[in-house]
Amino acid sequence: MSTQTTPKGIKPKPSKPKRTKYKGIDHLSPVDRVVVSLMVGIPTLLVLWLVVAPAIGSVLLSFTNWDGIGPISSAKNVGLQNYKDVLTIYPPFVPALQHNLIWLGVTFFIATPIGMFLAVLLDREVRGSRVYQTAIYLPVVLSVALVGFIWQLIYSRDQGFINQVTGSSIDWYGDQRYNLWAALLASSWRHVGYIMLLYLAGLKGVDPTLREAAKVDGANERTTFFRVVFPVMFPINIIVFVVTLIESLRAFDLVWVINKGRNGLELISTLVTSNIVGEASRIGFGSALATFMLVISSVFIVIYLRMVMREQR
Amino acid sequence: MTRPTSEAEYLANLVPASVRGVSRRTLLRGALGAGTLLAAPSLLAACGGNGGTSSGGAATGTVTIGSNQSDAVPKAAIQAVMDAFQKANSGLTTKINTIDHNSFQENINNYLQGSPDDVWMWFSGYRMRFFASKGLAGDVSDVWKNLAGMSDALKTASTGDDGKQYFVPSTYYPWAMFYRKSVFEKYGYTEPKTLDEFKTLGTQMKKDGLVPIAFGDKDGWPAMGTFDQLNLRVNGYQFHVDLMAGKEAWNGAKVKAVFDTWAGLLDMHQADSLGRTWQEAALTLQQKKAGTYLLGSFVAQQFAKGAEQEDLTFFNFPEVDSNIGADAIEAPIDGYMMAKRPKNEAGAKKLLGYVGSADAQNIVVKADPSVIATNDKADQAAYTSLQKKSVEFVGQAKSIAQFMDRDTRPDFASTVMIPAIQSFIKNPKDIDGLINNIEKQKKSIFAS
Repeated sequence: MSTQTTPKGIKPKPSKPKRTKYKGIDHLSPVDRVVVSLMVGIPTLLVLWLVVAPAIGSVLLSFTNWDGIGPISSAKNVGLQNYKDVLTIYPPFVPALQHNLIWLGVTFFIATPIGMFLAVLLDREVRGSRVYQTAIYLPVVLSVALVGFIWQLIYSRDQGFINQVTGSSIDWYGDQRYNLWAALLASSWRHVGYIMLLYLAGLKGVDPTLREAAKVDGANERTTFFRVVFPVMFPINIIVFVVTLIESLRAFDLVWVINKGRNGLELISTLVTSNIVGEASRIGFGSALATFMLVISSVFIVIYLRMVMREQR
Repeated sequence: MTRPTSEAEYLANLVPASVRGVSRRTLLRGALGAGTLLAAPSLLAACGGNGGTSSGGAATGTVTIGSNQSDAVPKAAIQAVMDAFQKANSGLTTKINTIDHNSFQENINNYLQGSPDDVWMWFSGYRMRFFASKGLAGDVSDVWKNLAGMSDALKTASTGDDGKQYFVPSTYYPWAMFYRKSVFEKYGYTEPKTLDEFKTLGTQMKKDGLVPIAFGDKDGWPAMGTFDQLNLRVNGYQFHVDLMAGKEAWNGAKVKAVFDTWAGLLDMHQADSLGRTWQEAALTLQQKKAGTYLLGSFVAQQFAKGAEQEDLTFFNFPEVDSNIGADAIEAPIDGYMMAKRPKNEAGAKKLLGYVGSADAQNIVVKADPSVIATNDKADQAAYTSLQKKSVEFVGQAKSIAQFMDRDTRPDFASTVMIPAIQSFIKNPKDIDGLINNIEKQKKSIFAS
């Protein structure tokens, strides 16, 4: 960034050309200093205020038993009690942790590759590719609440499409053995379209001469994709990676509209919500859960940052 | 429609749960986590700080009402009540602030700490006393002095821990075993009085191809009703009260007996209940595929007005232990409360007096025939047969409980009991592990 802003500093001002001596590329005039500090300072303050402070607040609250009523000073410090409770006597926690990881795994290793695969297929100018594109992308424009409802029509035990057609009486959303996978299918349905579109946009931007060159060199389709196209698309790959991560870590809405994240669909985010929001108001306990979420997210954020840093180097 | 709204934040309403979705605020809150809450209440409180100018004497001006009755039928009923109030009191106008009932429930803490409406709709029970003791509700003892037609039991149910009244009851509805007269006639069934009779009846119903007890617990709260009924029959009313108050142990023999009894009945319940809403379960009763259904009388909302509702009736949950009897029932009360510092206190009290009156309640019960009026002087001649039966049923009961999530701490009910009961329904074998875990969580929550 500094290389972009400093040229301003070396531009002599027409009115007082003699006062501003060139003092090297790192030199900033007072105005530049103000501008730079504002440009850096305001976003920093915003991040501190909107992201860091609430996060720290959550962590601090997790050591209290605050019930959300009255001043925060009325909260009592209970030490690690909330964490102890989460880990020892709160039955939904372990399933929630597992479900979060399963969610991440399925989105990452199944839904995203399918989306990329569809993009590669559509990039080959098959007949009616626009129609397919639209059809696959369509779920993305639907709200997640609507996605949940559409699949409810398919999954419903008594009136649902699947059970009507196959004559089975499986309770897709209600039976613990199936409902996580049923929800993942609904979520992937939407996710695939998103990834497909992102990746397709990237593929369209790949210089066609690269493919021709690969072809001339005798590379087959597969080799061309994996050895030439895929590496060239590194920035898009990163975006896809990040989008997938974000989508799976924030998994919440779909599960919440299905059954508020109970009975086999527990996720950390739904546990946080059902403890904090609503009449329950176990803010301290919910914050302890949120802290676990923060730690898990941080792991992936660190991985992401390392990747980005490596790219910049 | 009044009923399900009141039933708690997890309330199913007529829209499928999946479409109903989440309020944006909920999502936002969920995403941002607890940190946001740090700032929210104090900000809200700052906005509503100076609403304390109460005009004594003659009531004039505008009274605002926070209504959680967002469904069409009850919303119209509330509007009709308020219109009638304005007509009777020139100089007073009312402004109804209708809030989606789920959001209302979920945001109640912030709502009350911010600038609440002068009068808002709420429930009797622990949740009423809780807000009263937290200083978030206004004392309405004055209103009670002029309130005719309310029984002492209702007054007790409206009284906070400090002996003052904080609540004005409007309507209530009993929980019982509902069935269709035509189905019982067709197969020649009679109403069972004891659990053994009920089990025999259940076996017969299965032979006749009926589900003995319709059951849906997707939303988590309906099964609390089953637990409550069994607990009242196995251990009696006082134990229910003490258990809900956290004074009795959940892992003792008494609670275990409740779950054991329930486990013995589970094969009479409709299978796969955890994916089914109460509305869907009610439909199996309505379609004559199920013999009975344990629910509040709001089940009538799933039946067409007229002949179909006339076909619907109920019997008391059967006796389990003859020493305990079957004279304790559940009949949750809905009503109104006043803000701590209403902007128009005289008007608010006038309004509260009106909604407790027979005139106002006649309007409500006519619009929603699944509930009954709390005021004895309300016109019962216009009641449907179901409403008449409800009145009689509630009248003969010795003790009336509210409901698990109204009689105990909401954090305990929603974050502990809903998952616990659902896991019992999934796996009724490990009762010991279950109740021990409930007790541990209860100790932790009630200690805070």
